[in-house]
Amino acid sequence: MVKLITRRLAVLPLILLAVATVTFALTEISPFDPVEAYVGAENNVSAERKAEIAHAWGFDQPVYEKFGRWIYNLAQGDMGNSIVAGGQPVAGEIASRASASIALVGGALALVLAGGLVFGVLAAAFRGTLFDWLVRTLCYFNTAAPSFWIGLLALYVFSIELGWLPAGGTSDPRAVEAGGVDLEHLILPMVILALTQYAWFTLFVRNTMLEILREDHVQFARAQGIGELAVLLRYALPNALIPFVTLIGTHLAELIGGTILIESIFGWPGLGLLALDAARSEDIPMIVGITLCASVLVVLGNLLADVTYRIIDPRVREATT
Amino acid sequence: MSASSGALRSSLNIGARRSQRLAQAMQRWPVSVRVAAGVLGVLVVVALLANVIVPLDDTAVDLDRVLDGPSAAHLMGTDEVGRDLFARVLHGFRISLTIAVLAALAAVTVGTLVGVLAGTMGGKVDALVMRVTDVFASQNHFLFGILLLVLFRPALGGAGAVMLAVGLTHWPSLARIVRGELMSLRERPFVSAAIGGGASRWRLARRHYLPHLMPAVGLAFVLTVPHAVFHESAYSFLGLGLPAHEASLGNILADGQRSLLAGGWWIALFPGLAILTAAMTIGTLAEYWREHLHPRWRSELEL
Repeated sequence: MVKLITRRLAVLPLILLAVATVTFALTEISPFDPVEAYVGAENNVSAERKAEIAHAWGFDQPVYEKFGRWIYNLAQGDMGNSIVAGGQPVAGEIASRASASIALVGGALALVLAGGLVFGVLAAAFRGTLFDWLVRTLCYFNTAAPSFWIGLLALYVFSIELGWLPAGGTSDPRAVEAGGVDLEHLILPMVILALTQYAWFTLFVRNTMLEILREDHVQFARAQGIGELAVLLRYALPNALIPFVTLIGTHLAELIGGTILIESIFGWPGLGLLALDAARSEDIPMIVGITLCASVLVVLGNLLADVTYRIIDPRVREATT
Repeated sequence: MSASSGALRSSLNIGARRSQRLAQAMQRWPVSVRVAAGVLGVLVVVALLANVIVPLDDTAVDLDRVLDGPSAAHLMGTDEVGRDLFARVLHGFRISLTIAVLAALAAVTVGTLVGVLAGTMGGKVDALVMRVTDVFASQNHFLFGILLLVLFRPALGGAGAVMLAVGLTHWPSLARIVRGELMSLRERPFVSAAIGGGASRWRLARRHYLPHLMPAVGLAFVLTVPHAVFHESAYSFLGLGLPAHEASLGNILADGQRSLLAGGWWIALFPGLAILTAAMTIGTLAEYWREHLHPRWRSELEL
């Protein structure tokens, strides 16, 4: 287990290097001019001044030198300076916004897991009934419906028409930073973000449960006269949980991407909104920084999934250690 | 054998036989697939002929009818400057679907080319190409697409940048399938036989490789279209995609967001329903097609 973790963590810098190389290559290939983005579209900045800015930021250096400096700085945790953060370092701004996103993604993940498990198991237990049909139809509907559209409709119904929940933002961004999560403002974005992923989980749990319920050990338990509820929860569910865990890692990336839309609709001051602001101001260092952070999270998420997989499945543990 | 059957086929009317086969296949379609095909067909025809059948003007401003709810005169109501929402959604559907189809085509082209490159070159090229593929595959489509949009929108314009953003994010799974398929094809007896029979590279590619790759490529294309519709509308909704004056579904949804506080729920509701319908119908058809082609692709072609 320790070997697995250290080996995977050792690969992490290599993955980051690869992502950094690809993003660097893309910025070099693209005709995008960071100086123009910095001074703004309509400006009367002279060509000399632009050249000065380019020189000050090192844009006029040869490609290999720029690449070397970018990797060197990155290795020290310096991802450059951001335009939207008023010239402050990218890393600091990302760190200050992270807690709001962690609260949002963490809450959504918990909802996805709980909802997916409950509805997936129930749908499998009542397969072929109206309830099963309803769960599956809602799931198909959910995978096809754009999250931001559902978000807009929920915003209208629950905030504007019914007035149950605040329409967006958080009353005090610093409260989130300090760790005190503003639950009232978190509910809508959290639920909508969870809805983007819950259909996959529910359908997955349902189908795995149906497969396992056909297996011999379940039939045997039934033959012994064990109640259906105990069969479901003690004989089938633990087996269904195993593949379920691996999905969490891969879908974490989707949740992170989903925050951009959800945070924009509900004005939640996390990394998604920061990425959007950066995109609107053509703030490349910030977008690249967030992309790199997302890559790290995906690697860590997959590692976490693998570790959990080993803990809960003795077959995998014994096969590899 | 292949030469004689090829001659036989070309002597028959292939077109008529194909349509006959399609008609036979359609009789076996389950109800859900028939409904999906019908709805999608109607939507596409209506969107394409929006101006021809009914002269609907999606730009006519009527300031006496600002933010009117759905009525007989305006089926989906009017927007914040009194434009007919039904006409706008139809036009938006056409714009969004066109961009999505082109974007999916771009993604499939990239995926096929990369897969063919890795699968035919082998060795170090293959290893390098597949590591690059891994990097792209590990990125979140949406976030990485935004980076591409910002980088290339000044040069390519909104529509072009959206196609690029979708095209450069949705190719890795297809590239892996194409590569794997090519690698296994190379070892098959009929390919060895063709090589032994003196078939040229071109003939090998055209007669033996391509027909085996087409189902995967075609299916990847169909499965990518709904994703591309979502990406276009999401990017435009955020103001990063098409310019605001182009009535794509995403831009109409952005109008809808602005009108929510004024109570104009219909402007947000209907364009989303259009996206939902497109995604559900294409998804149903693609899923049915996939089950018939190759059950194994379910796990691999997760876009």
